[in-house]
Amino acid sequence: MNKLEKVKIMIDGLEIEVEKGTTVLEAAKEVGIHIPTLCYLKNVNEPSSCRACVVEVGPRLIASCTLKAEDGMNIKTNTKKVREARKTVVELILSDHKRECTSCLRNEKCELQSLANNLNIRELRFEGERTRAEIDYSSPAIVRDIEKCILCGRCIATCSNVQTVNAIGFINRGFGTIVGPSFDKPLADSVCINCGQCILACPVGALYEHENINDIWREIENPDKLVVVQTAPAVRVALGEEFGLPIGTRVTGKMVAALRKIGFDKVFDTDFAADLTIMEEGTELIKRLETGENLPLMTSCCPGWVKFVEHNFPNMLENLSTCKSPHEMEGALIKSYFAKRMNVDPKNIVVVSIMPCTAKKFESQREELSNQQMQDVDYVLTTRELAQMIKEAGIDFVNLKDEEFDNPFGEATGAGVIFGATGGVAEAALRTVFELVAGKDLDTVDFNAVRGIEGIKEATIELPNGAVINTAVINGLGNARKVMELIQKGEKNYQFIEVMACPGGCINGGGQPIVDKETRENIDVKIARSKAIYDEDKSLPIRKSHKNPYIKKIYDEFLGEPNSHLSHQLLHTNYVAREKF
Amino acid sequence: MEQTQTMCCNCGNQQDERNDKLNELIQKYRDVKGGLIPVLHGVQEIYGYLNEDALKVVSEELAVPMSEIYGVATFYSFFSLEPKGEHVIRVCLGTACYVKGAQQVLDKLSEKLNVEVNKTTEDQKFTLEASRCLGACGLAPVIMIDDDVYGKLTPEMVDEILEKYNK
Repeated sequence: MNKLEKVKIMIDGLEIEVEKGTTVLEAAKEVGIHIPTLCYLKNVNEPSSCRACVVEVGPRLIASCTLKAEDGMNIKTNTKKVREARKTVVELILSDHKRECTSCLRNEKCELQSLANNLNIRELRFEGERTRAEIDYSSPAIVRDIEKCILCGRCIATCSNVQTVNAIGFINRGFGTIVGPSFDKPLADSVCINCGQCILACPVGALYEHENINDIWREIENPDKLVVVQTAPAVRVALGEEFGLPIGTRVTGKMVAALRKIGFDKVFDTDFAADLTIMEEGTELIKRLETGENLPLMTSCCPGWVKFVEHNFPNMLENLSTCKSPHEMEGALIKSYFAKRMNVDPKNIVVVSIMPCTAKKFESQREELSNQQMQDVDYVLTTRELAQMIKEAGIDFVNLKDEEFDNPFGEATGAGVIFGATGGVAEAALRTVFELVAGKDLDTVDFNAVRGIEGIKEATIELPNGAVINTAVINGLGNARKVMELIQKGEKNYQFIEVMACPGGCINGGGQPIVDKETRENIDVKIARSKAIYDEDKSLPIRKSHKNPYIKKIYDEFLGEPNSHLSHQLLHTNYVAREKF
Repeated sequence: MEQTQTMCCNCGNQQDERNDKLNELIQKYRDVKGGLIPVLHGVQEIYGYLNEDALKVVSEELAVPMSEIYGVATFYSFFSLEPKGEHVIRVCLGTACYVKGAQQVLDKLSEKLNVEVNKTTEDQKFTLEASRCLGACGLAPVIMIDDDVYGKLTPEMVDEILEKYNK
């Protein structure tokens, strides 16, 4: 087929020419005609099942999301018949939806709610049987409320096609249809890796994070507790969206100020521990390159990726870096080094991590990530939950004056910041490994080959000592599965692999502000947020982890050297093989 | 896979035989597009139901995710995820049978066998199912026991029919 072949169609009296293969929905958009959609997620879920996007084509009503434009088509999008059909469709969906909008955590961020509003649905004609099911709170990361589910299938398509995790699917048929894990298992017992991409895909409140907001308020109210918070790099480039700021706005200083106002006793930066991770993981990489054992070294910062490996590639657990993820390292240091310095019993310290991620909630409860019966991190809140707390506290976020993080875990380099975007961990590691191997300072800072939001990037990098590192940088687990299968077949050979489970990396994590799909069709959220990350990196005076003065200090005063005995005890971990089903 | 181990009795052999049949089945459909449904029929034939361990093998070998298999298995009413009795009784509750008194036939069977609808008797002899239209409306009300069809039934005829299978 000739790609440039054009077809002429008429939409609402406007004659337009579009490329052959364009859908009527896309063609309408080109001329500024808005057609509502619900189940449709471009290139991910296109089942044309909800029928909210019907248009009149001759005598018929057809779903425009999958209808290809054909020469001579005469389409009407605004007739009585179309408006009534769309209304009926949405009313029928609403008739089996738990409508508790005012107390729903997706209130004002719900596509069904805004669709019903736009279609001027003010009363419901249909009252019938309702789906009844208990809310599934089994997972520490993700909650499922089947009574709110509208069976659009966007979560399933994301879980299966984008992530290839395949944790959920349609079960049963007809009115009995629900979405859930096979054998009707609770989510916690499934192969779900807690990435939360399903939450971002869900148009309603049927999937959401397992909230811990009230736990945090309780801890803050407790006078015996020192409540310490740390924030991941990706949070600062997205939090502002919850307060109406444009996507890609950096709000680091305001975020710190807001955390103090909420009542946290210390506000630390997880980026510090990202620098520490580079010291530990960089050293690990150099050692593995020397011995040739357990290569490729696979990054372990992403708990979704780690659980994915545990379920699907248990024979490659040894390849995962033994480094804990940065916030877990920081938690361990807060409850040891910092507790000692402050002369506080670590049992009275509560560590809270603000993360762009739902999988971190699961991770923080892993028993491997504890020391002397204390979890390294006590609670994880998503970016969305932090925004909620700021609103609940009545803080005027947008007008806050910038404040600085507390020390000793407040100073971070640009290398720590870029951990939030795909390629960032690899680049940060390369900046340090390069100089450690050379034994001197080098000008090399930017490794552009590993930047960008493409799903799989490869780079071959020659170290100053002549050693060559074949690197793969991957985001999205569907891409990771492809690469892992090639490695297992022996068709690819790498020394270092960075994987972030979420498409685009942590900036687009399952705990980040929800951007409605129409905005996503116009703005690439991944690009806007990652640009903010790299801007932040550039703005910092120090951009290499090993140059962080507080990192030097903590090795001098406490840890000794990277991969020392104490480092291993506090900062490294191990993994468990899990079932494939 | 279910563990196969040497046992003093012969029940282990039956297991081996079933596993062989399963492997044979999978080989036949491994590269066939749309092979999942025939394979599931085969699994049900071999094990009497869709056994979870067998489905894991199917998922692995056909490279079809379990979420999809489970979706198919729960979509079609002829697939069962629970073990079935030696004989399966399907009582048609399609429109024609229903107006001709199929419900009374079903109630009588349930009372006689002391089993709830869609469950299996304690002695694993019978599974009683309410079915969608069996396509024999002219004979309404109709039941099927395994592959045998019985039509124009009244509740009184149930005892005699069950006799044949109670030997």
